[in-house]
Amino acid sequence: MSGVHVDRDACILCGACIDACPFGAIEIEESQLIITDDCRLCGACIEACPQGALSMEESRGAGAVDPDDYTDVLVFVEQDAGRIHPVSYEMIGKGLELARSLGQKLHCIIAGDGIEEQAADLLYYGVDTVYVYDDPALRCYRAEPYTAVVCELVQDIRPNIMLIGATHVGRSLAPRVATRLRTGLTADCTSLDVRENGELVQTRPAFGGNVMARIITPNHRPQMATVRYKVMERAKRVDNPHGAVIKRTPTSELTSGIEILDIVEAATEASIAEADIIVAVGRGACNERCLALATELAKKLGGVVGASRPVVEQGILSHTQQVGLSGRTVRPKLYVACGISGAVQHVAGMQGSDYIIAINKDRQAPIFEVADLAVVGDVNEVLPHLIELIGGRGGHGNRSAS
Amino acid sequence: MLNIVVCLKQVPGTTEVEIDSERGTLKREGVESRVNAYDLHALELAVTLKKEHGGSITVLSMGPPQAEAVIKEAYALGADRGILLSDRKFAGADTLATSFTLAQAIKKLGMPDLVLTGMQTSDGDTAQVGPALAELLGIPHVSYVRRCIEARPGHSVTVEAEMSDCTERLRVSLPCLLTCTREVGRLRLLSYRLLVATQDKPLEIWSYEDLKPADGEEFFGLDGSPTRVEKVFPPSFEQQREVWEAPARELAERMLGKLEELKVL
Repeated sequence: MSGVHVDRDACILCGACIDACPFGAIEIEESQLIITDDCRLCGACIEACPQGALSMEESRGAGAVDPDDYTDVLVFVEQDAGRIHPVSYEMIGKGLELARSLGQKLHCIIAGDGIEEQAADLLYYGVDTVYVYDDPALRCYRAEPYTAVVCELVQDIRPNIMLIGATHVGRSLAPRVATRLRTGLTADCTSLDVRENGELVQTRPAFGGNVMARIITPNHRPQMATVRYKVMERAKRVDNPHGAVIKRTPTSELTSGIEILDIVEAATEASIAEADIIVAVGRGACNERCLALATELAKKLGGVVGASRPVVEQGILSHTQQVGLSGRTVRPKLYVACGISGAVQHVAGMQGSDYIIAINKDRQAPIFEVADLAVVGDVNEVLPHLIELIGGRGGHGNRSAS
Repeated sequence: MLNIVVCLKQVPGTTEVEIDSERGTLKREGVESRVNAYDLHALELAVTLKKEHGGSITVLSMGPPQAEAVIKEAYALGADRGILLSDRKFAGADTLATSFTLAQAIKKLGMPDLVLTGMQTSDGDTAQVGPALAELLGIPHVSYVRRCIEARPGHSVTVEAEMSDCTERLRVSLPCLLTCTREVGRLRLLSYRLLVATQDKPLEIWSYEDLKPADGEEFFGLDGSPTRVEKVFPPSFEQQREVWEAPARELAERMLGKLEELKVL
């Protein structure tokens, strides 16, 4: 079993490892150094120990492979009834960057029904190979047939890295694929880089709090990551595509226990993901009056109302209006954060906004660190004045949304 | 009859877990725990289905011994049987190793008709354990289920599930796994009377010995986790910004000017 081993004869109980451990996983009990279950094998203690009393016993783990057998980057392109989800172009953008820095290739997989044109068009984003699975069973996403074709391709072409957009589909598909392939998957990465040895360095907010984690998948391939929509830059179209489309036939019959009966409702409310202006409310604006004020301001500016998690958890606004890692990622032209403290999980979903105004009475609120304009004041007092001052003037914002 | 397994996770009661920026370590002292909210909604769906069709509800949780509290709460809400999967060997699990441990427990129980999980947890937000568990059990899954329209024991469930820009109505053959949004079932208040009444209901604790597969321990905990957290650090934002502190009226006036400057007005 993997773990940090303590050489108790060499240990002088100096405590250097305790200070170095990011997880608080080392304790001294009855004059003995104890490594607790919080240990994540990061190795910080081993570096810190002046006595060389600590060592790592690390199993490579079940399903470990030789990373040298894997090369190139694969992007899953999501389509629904022929329409490609725009997050796919962002994954291609990031995938190209990663592939180029390793001197490797970027491939795509697209599965659907009657999607030859869409597949060919992907070449115009600088893709080297587009693998196409065209089959009536793949018309819309269902877990088992999609898992089958993606895994089949991965086992065949052995990519080093695989990227999937963290949409509803991606977040359903990616874990199934990673599990079948017995490899690591990191959800909702906010940044991705590669090391010279091909290791993917994945960064995401973690531990539910104001903490970022750097995560790697050392011994398993492909290294899989999902990224939210509107986090990465979209790939640019090129004039002279150089890649090729390769048609693939599923090697096994595509069966599923899932039958799509119909689409019951298309979202009618203006989606916060597409809005140009968002007025978002947080815990500090979590009352009916304040919500009414925020709604009024959003209306005057031609924007929509968003919320941070506490507001949604209290059932005041719906999940579809939630901005953040557990809600939607947004990149509006203007984001007005009203009474939002700025937990990392929220900030991860809105820091790409062009201009951020934050109103909060707490001068130390973390939201001010990402804001372009920090307004230190009580939203309950500032908003009524602002709405009165705007009066009957219409916003130039997102006219289509109102 | 519907035999249902619901997976519950104990999560920190707040999202205020912070990092000590001098030491680069997590500050986890004094953080209270609770049951992941989405999981409780899934349990409510199970209770509703059991009322209509009969059967049983078994709750599973993986965690340290103190995660017992999760099972106790589930008992008060109507769970018939509760099992805590707890062993030092399970510690440090990423989503794959967690799913593996849960899958081993479900296989030991015998395949239920329905496995329910929350759509994601509030501490990890990955949404990965549900689909991964379905894969290990070899059953279909639907993520983001917001309503169960009809259940036909021995046959199928018909559900509504959220997609990026619409809601789909799907029929899924049993057995299957559903990950649940808040809408699947309204939370009832935890009744003190029931909490007391179910306080002494025994719970089972399953360890590594109960769950180990024939081919070894490498699938659990840290060893069974392909991902490694290399480092945790506080987020840094390098941002040029203006800071305004003034009476509310003046702030509003200056904001109006800023909105004009941004050509929003």
